[in-house]
Amino acid sequence: MLRRAVEDISTGSDSDYSSTWISWFLSSKGNEYFCEVDEDFILDRFNLTGLNNEVANYAQALDLITDQLDDEVQDELRGSLDVQARLLYGLIHARWIVTARGLAKMVEKYKRGDFGRCPRVLCQSQSLLPVGLIDIPYEKSVKLYCGRCEDLYSPKSSRHGSIDGAYFGTTFPHLLFLVYPTLIPPKTGPPLDGPSSANNNSNANSSEGGSKVRQRRGRGEELLPDATGTESVGEGISTASVALKAERYRPRIYGFQLHETAKLQRWQEATRDRQVGKLEDLEARAS
Amino acid sequence: MARQGEEDNISGGDEVMEEPEEQEDGYTSSTPTSTLTWISWFCSLPGHEYFCEVTEDFIEDDFNLTGLNSMVPFWKEAMEMVLDVEPDEDAAKIPDVSIVESSAEMLYGLVHQRFILGRAGQQAMVDKYESGIFGTCPRVYCVGCNVVPCGRSDMPGIDTVKLFCPNCNDIYVPPSSRFQGVDGAFFGTTFAHLFFQNYRESAPAPFWKPPASGGSSLSPRSSTANRNLPFVNPNPYGGQKRAAGYVYVPRIYGFKVSERAKCGPRMQWLRLRPETAEELDQVDWRGRWIDEDEYEDDEDEQDRQMEDFDPDAGDDDDEEDEEEEEEDDDAGPSQRQHHGQRRSDIPPARAVAHAVRTLPTASRQDGPAAIISLPPATGGKVKLVRQWSARPPELTGAA
Repeated sequence: MLRRAVEDISTGSDSDYSSTWISWFLSSKGNEYFCEVDEDFILDRFNLTGLNNEVANYAQALDLITDQLDDEVQDELRGSLDVQARLLYGLIHARWIVTARGLAKMVEKYKRGDFGRCPRVLCQSQSLLPVGLIDIPYEKSVKLYCGRCEDLYSPKSSRHGSIDGAYFGTTFPHLLFLVYPTLIPPKTGPPLDGPSSANNNSNANSSEGGSKVRQRRGRGEELLPDATGTESVGEGISTASVALKAERYRPRIYGFQLHETAKLQRWQEATRDRQVGKLEDLEARAS
Repeated sequence: MARQGEEDNISGGDEVMEEPEEQEDGYTSSTPTSTLTWISWFCSLPGHEYFCEVTEDFIEDDFNLTGLNSMVPFWKEAMEMVLDVEPDEDAAKIPDVSIVESSAEMLYGLVHQRFILGRAGQQAMVDKYESGIFGTCPRVYCVGCNVVPCGRSDMPGIDTVKLFCPNCNDIYVPPSSRFQGVDGAFFGTTFAHLFFQNYRESAPAPFWKPPASGGSSLSPRSSTANRNLPFVNPNPYGGQKRAAGYVYVPRIYGFKVSERAKCGPRMQWLRLRPETAEELDQVDWRGRWIDEDEYEDDEDEQDRQMEDFDPDAGDDDDEEDEEEEEEDDDAGPSQRQHHGQRRSDIPPARAVAHAVRTLPTASRQDGPAAIISLPPATGGKVKLVRQWSARPPELTGAA
């Protein structure tokens, strides 16, 4: 099914050729999640170790990606080669975005909201990150990870829903937040990534909203001395108790909570408190 | 806004009420193929897919409209429009028919909010629910659970319609922007939850046991354990559907991200379910663990349960200032005092007494390091870990 969907995309958009295969690929519809892999990364064969087993017509597909394919080969193999080139590019992409340069490129896309916004209402349009459920191609399509509710969502559009999750890999979003802890979204308040995302409450942004949040999270924790005005989870800040600030939806009938749901939510919150207690305990001992 | 009848002779939507004469007597005998009522036209508009058709006798019953006439301007004209009644001769007073149209939409929406709480409305909505008109939950591990429309407020003009997923008990923004114009009050805060009380077989149960064997833990799956056995929730008033309970575990190169990392998981509780219904009872009505355990609280055993006696227990706010006030009650007084963690060793029996009514100022005379110095700001919140002498054996398994 993935294979077919990929072919469908490829047929429609052959007309608009850009200078290179990669830039054509990136500009074609449905490939908005991908970032550009530096050419020297692709040309370093070490980075491609093992991919020749995954991709049929590996050599030609690689030539196609790097625009070194002979024209006469192109005609006969064209159709299938395009699919293989996409697969190869996707698998290289999965390796690229967990490198320092690749992460930096994806951070830019993340800040622009290229991967969409969290559909959860209480996440307030938090920017998402693509993630795979498995690193093997042709298994599962790409999902979107929200750093605020730490959950996975399916892409809204079927164009994106048919992208292979292996092109992003299971590691990427978590490594990104490991490398860029300042980008870890706050559990409350407007998202970090600026006014573009807060479409409905853009006025309650930066200074006013940020300081309120900061005040709320502040007690007993040292704050980063930066003056950016937005709250972030920086290196110096403890994240042990951030979960306590997360908002949640409480189902109600005529204003009254439902017995069973409320019981489950109390249990969940008690579980949360236990984790918070444990983490704070750990922190107290460490310091 | 132009009203498209199926008949070609109805044209020019702004001159609205030019329907054939049979409309005036409430339509009961009209042929639905030849004319389109305002209600079915309204419900067929793009973006109005979530609405069901309110029956006219519901709208005509004044009792059902109590209080609405103060919320809807041009009440009479709006009623006429909704019910396809020929307007009076003096209708020329109204400056612009589009005003009446928005009033009619408001009127219909608010009546709709009430109608879908009743038996007929719930029936109409369950048909739409089962045919998947409201869509499915975008959350991956809800595995396509159907959702229902839901408002965040019962007053119009506050927020647009959202979608409630009964599996994760959370609300989502509809995937299409055409629903951005639909007021959430037209569905109300109650409907979604009343719906799942009525149709319990569609409501997922609050507990979930992961399938015992097989399968990659990385893949989303509905629980396959005991699929042949019918699922039973011991609570007859609870959800009777097997839940989709898998919770996402972030991994880096195949290794779980530790919760001790700054970027480690903090929100899994939001989606977590206990394995059995009984575990829910371990938390009391104030959200504290009742049945505390004699777990050795080794620092990295995640099963260490902690009870949190917070007399002025707000719901879940400001618990962050409790970190320094924790009192643990360990298995014996000779337990190590670890790392500046103050603990008092209350014998179990007395601990229970404390548990029942813990006062912030309750004196604690026992144990070597019993009295803790409460930070002055907090007004004394105390966290205890307490043990029962008799506790079910299946609660062990931590240490």
